[in-house]
Amino acid sequence: MSSKPKRKFTTVSIPKTLFEKIKDRIKNTGFSSVSDYVTYVLREIFAEKQQQQSSEQAFSHEDEKRVKERLRALGYLD
Amino acid sequence: MKMNQAHGGSLVSRILSETASNKLKEQASEYPTITISSSIADIVQNIGHGVLSPLTGFMTEAEVNNVLDDMRLLSDTPWTIPIVLDVKEANDFSVDDEVVLSTDGAPVAALSIEEIFKLDQRQFSQQVFGTQDSKHPGVARVHAMGKTLLGGKLSVIPSPPKKFAEVTLYPLDTRILFKTKGWRTIVAFQTRNPPHLGHEYVEKTALTFVDGIFINPLIGPKKPGDFRDEVILDAYRALMKTYFLRENSVLSILRSPMYYAGPREAIHHSIMRKNFGCTHFIVGRDHAGVGKFYHPFAAQEIFTQFPDLGITPLLFKSFFYCTKCRSIANDKTCPHPKSDHINFSGSEIRRHFKDGLIPPESLMRREVAEVIASHPEPFVT
Ligand SMILES: [Zn+2]
Repeated sequence: MSSKPKRKFTTVSIPKTLFEKIKDRIKNTGFSSVSDYVTYVLREIFAEKQQQQSSEQAFSHEDEKRVKERLRALGYLD
Repeated sequence: MKMNQAHGGSLVSRILSETASNKLKEQASEYPTITISSSIADIVQNIGHGVLSPLTGFMTEAEVNNVLDDMRLLSDTPWTIPIVLDVKEANDFSVDDEVVLSTDGAPVAALSIEEIFKLDQRQFSQQVFGTQDSKHPGVARVHAMGKTLLGGKLSVIPSPPKKFAEVTLYPLDTRILFKTKGWRTIVAFQTRNPPHLGHEYVEKTALTFVDGIFINPLIGPKKPGDFRDEVILDAYRALMKTYFLRENSVLSILRSPMYYAGPREAIHHSIMRKNFGCTHFIVGRDHAGVGKFYHPFAAQEIFTQFPDLGITPLLFKSFFYCTKCRSIANDKTCPHPKSDHINFSGSEIRRHFKDGLIPPESLMRREVAEVIASHPEPFVT
């Protein structure tokens, strides 16, 4: 862990007017910079989208049958 | 009805099929073997069963550094505690080696070594625990670790636990359980202690707003003076039998070491519960703290840094008994001065049991207290 790579940032462009609006908005909040705020908002939106796109069910019917049997045997299900 | 997805997008399984497991067991002696502690063996099973999704093995150096510096995996997914395998000697292994991990003389997994790198104890301790003070139990453990770390993917032999098998559930089990019960919103409660009334009120307050509660004691290495695992379980069974509804509460254990990493560990605990299918996670005062190493509410404040965590923290201040309200209350619900309050002090409760007494019913349910008192030695000695 000695030769650690530096944290990588890159630049995206946003309209100057939007930048000013955000700068104004984050005054007296926990956000220390427009970059921090934009990162936060983008992560939030990404997480929401990912959750919406997740599939209905991640396990097979065989799994379900086998697990339910065990859950019944252990008293978790009637 | 949609279930909360696993951390990073999908539930990991690194569990070998029965045939592959048998083959690995037969051929284990042909591979170099690393003997691991029971605590690392728990982590191996957890990775295998997706408790630590999206991890598929032990972290490589870039991943560890990213977690230490940014509290995120290289995929930008929130992650706060490096999950690493340490060994004493680097020379015994090479990259691309397949090694067998074994505990108590039995193989438990195969590890494909992707990377061999050095542990930076100072950086690890400072970033994870915010201190390098060896009085901190997490720092002390980092100091005791081998200086070399092995990163790589695991293939895990499923090993049914020797103890508490009847309350051992993994994420696939709980996801199917919650689905079958028709629960859409589930709050998880992390604990290492038998429940007093303060715990019960936190749990029930949270439960009021969701479909079900998942009470999930952490079972792992203990310090002398801690309540024994079986005592914690029996105490919860006694509480839930009389004071919880069976249709909206579930008790199951999680085998995982405590790091005492306070805020970072609060995030780690919530990620594991998200993988079990929970949507909410209770965070109280000084969650996963030790001594005076963390601000009592640091473990709550850290959640503001993770808008993409995918599980909602329910932040609680401490409950107490108010002699004026004549009920359990907290700072938000009780207008009376502190002199009217009786705190639910864990050390006070311990003291009662150590003196061979039973804590008063204003602190702990009689049924719970009696079950604890009936154990010949409730504490780890
Ligand atoms: Zn009051």
